[in-house]
Amino acid sequence: MNKGNKIVITFISILFGLIVGALALLIAGFNPLEAYQIMFQGIFGSPKYISWTIVRSTPLILTGISVAFAFKTGLFNIGAEGQYIIGSLVATLVGYFFELPIVIHAIVAMLAGCLAAAIWGGIAGLLKARFGINEVITTIMLNWTALYFSNYVVFWEPFKRPNRDASQQILDTASIEILENWKVSDAGREFLSNNQFLKDFLNPPVNFGFIIAILVAILVWYILKHTTLGYQLKAVGFNRDAAEYGGIDIKKNMVVAMMIAGAIAGLAGATQVLGVSKETAILTAAEGYGFDGMAVALIASSNPIACIPAGLLFGGLKYAGSKLQPSIGAPLEVINITIGVIVFFIAMPKLIHILQSAISKRKRGVKVENTK
Amino acid sequence: MKKKLLALLLAGVLVFSLAACSGSSDQPADENGDETSTEEQLKIGMVTDEGGVHDQSFNQSAWEGLQKAEEELGIKASYVESKQDGDFAPNFETMLEADNDLIWGIGFKLADAVLDAAKNNPDQRYAIVDHTYGDKTPENVVCVMFKQEQPSFLVGYIAAHMTEANNVGFVGGIEGDIIWAFDYGYQAGVQYAAKELGKEIKVQRQYAESFSDVAKGKAIAQQMYQQGADIVFHAAGDVGTGVIEAAKEQGKWAIGVDRDQNYLAPDNVLTSAMKRVDVGVFNVVKELVNGNFLGGQTITYGLADGGAVDIAPTSNKHVPQEILDKVEELKQKIINGELEVPYNEETYKAFVDSL
Repeated sequence: MNKGNKIVITFISILFGLIVGALALLIAGFNPLEAYQIMFQGIFGSPKYISWTIVRSTPLILTGISVAFAFKTGLFNIGAEGQYIIGSLVATLVGYFFELPIVIHAIVAMLAGCLAAAIWGGIAGLLKARFGINEVITTIMLNWTALYFSNYVVFWEPFKRPNRDASQQILDTASIEILENWKVSDAGREFLSNNQFLKDFLNPPVNFGFIIAILVAILVWYILKHTTLGYQLKAVGFNRDAAEYGGIDIKKNMVVAMMIAGAIAGLAGATQVLGVSKETAILTAAEGYGFDGMAVALIASSNPIACIPAGLLFGGLKYAGSKLQPSIGAPLEVINITIGVIVFFIAMPKLIHILQSAISKRKRGVKVENTK
Repeated sequence: MKKKLLALLLAGVLVFSLAACSGSSDQPADENGDETSTEEQLKIGMVTDEGGVHDQSFNQSAWEGLQKAEEELGIKASYVESKQDGDFAPNFETMLEADNDLIWGIGFKLADAVLDAAKNNPDQRYAIVDHTYGDKTPENVVCVMFKQEQPSFLVGYIAAHMTEANNVGFVGGIEGDIIWAFDYGYQAGVQYAAKELGKEIKVQRQYAESFSDVAKGKAIAQQMYQQGADIVFHAAGDVGTGVIEAAKEQGKWAIGVDRDQNYLAPDNVLTSAMKRVDVGVFNVVKELVNGNFLGGQTITYGLADGGAVDIAPTSNKHVPQEILDKVEELKQKIINGELEVPYNEETYKAFVDSL
């Protein structure tokens, strides 16, 4: 299958998803055209919405890359969720307890989050390499371990914020939000009141996370495409036995692959904490960044660069979906079904293939009849 | 083949994860929006926390208050649910864009988000339940608080009179000012009655460190019943559903919270410490409809303020009338100010010493 064809198929899938999603809305008694219009407006209607979409998409892009990367190396990283949690927890800890100069603090917090999540992911890789335990099972279990571990740490007295279901907030020096203090300062307010576009665009917590995500996408693409490490990792993914025969240490590669995947998912958590939430909340259930990352990786067919538009699409759907609730009164469940259907179709390019070949077959049949 | 299977599995996980995102529900929110008086109609929106509007407790109660206001006061109500903490800020933004006249944040979890939104949009009116910024409350925010220690005191008093084992329990959600008020108010009620009866009554206390873990609530309550408690009071949101389940299974008493929870287990829920968020929400909206916005203020509802906090009306099903009469007397004492109900550890200690 060539690249152009792939993109066309993805677009057709999205279209299909929107059509079936419309049916779901119709059945639930809502006008799908109105709903889609609200969603479209909700993303592109104002610079503010666009930057919200970017903010909401950033972690999804990164967890998407994490899953995509593992997938390329023949591993199935369901643990992005847990790695995300560990990354955000450690970034918060470093962001709150360490006192470092601006910029350096943010970088240290981010790297610490990455490292912790890399170890977290590495555990699953090691278990697979050493004892042959399927990474799907270990990563799912590690997700829960991470969730409860995070809650446990947040309940720790010096770290928990009194009267909140969350930890203390990170220090200002660790923030990666763009122009955070300037925005609310008098000078900033005055400047922005004269510049509506910038004011709107900067209204959400726009941060460097998106740029980091793009850099990571390029880096991962480069590693996979142009380095020995990437070649080895991919070789293990294509055919373990052949790779081993070729002299590649597959065990080491598995651990390395899971560590890198973990680090990327952890980075997603770290950027979210340092740029948006500024704290780790007590979680009652997984927030879904890792799971959504799987959807993103699917849409992108495991291409790290393609994770950027895929993450934006997914983040946009989720962000705009929440606007349906107050405007047409659609319950969250109907919105979830609609988004779910769209994702389902995107995840099934195979179906489009079948449809495509069925159509072309019939055409051929017609031709034959005509010649008779 | 293997890859195909994997892809299938992946798709399955995806759909599941999306479907599992939030709680159960049905009924679409509001359809028959007769657009008759568009100019005069006030628009009121609310942002929930992760519980969503069908959480059987806090958020649901607030939404019921808005629905009642929609029926009786002719306002237009809408809500948006948060799926994760990161949703709070964009959800307030969405509500702001929708030109609401008043935006509610339901629960102290949203305190920071409300404050940020209020500071950034000084012309927009906001309201928050269960949190006060004290003197720092911005002019465009109204805080609604409840004296949850008062109904807790009353149910504690009832529990002390009803216990046969002289051993009662309390299950809390996550520690903090709000739940402490339930906790110490309840303990004070128990000890007050114990003094009156000349008995010693033990109170077992435990926090579930969650507002949603039903299984944990059940396990804690079972533990308490096994250690001799025969009545357990909970102030822990959905965790309490587990407490009531345990009571039902073991044939013991549970005491509900926030709403009259007797319907959950008619034979096992003794009474409930009601904290009517809906009344609070409705009253603020009503004031607004009358052109009166109490910005910058904190409204506190106690027993004296018309049924926003009280014991459940179904209490007379299981509690003998003579005890209820005594409760009524106590209620008057609290309203008159003769009796100060403690709301944290410090005031509780002082209260016990004064007994």
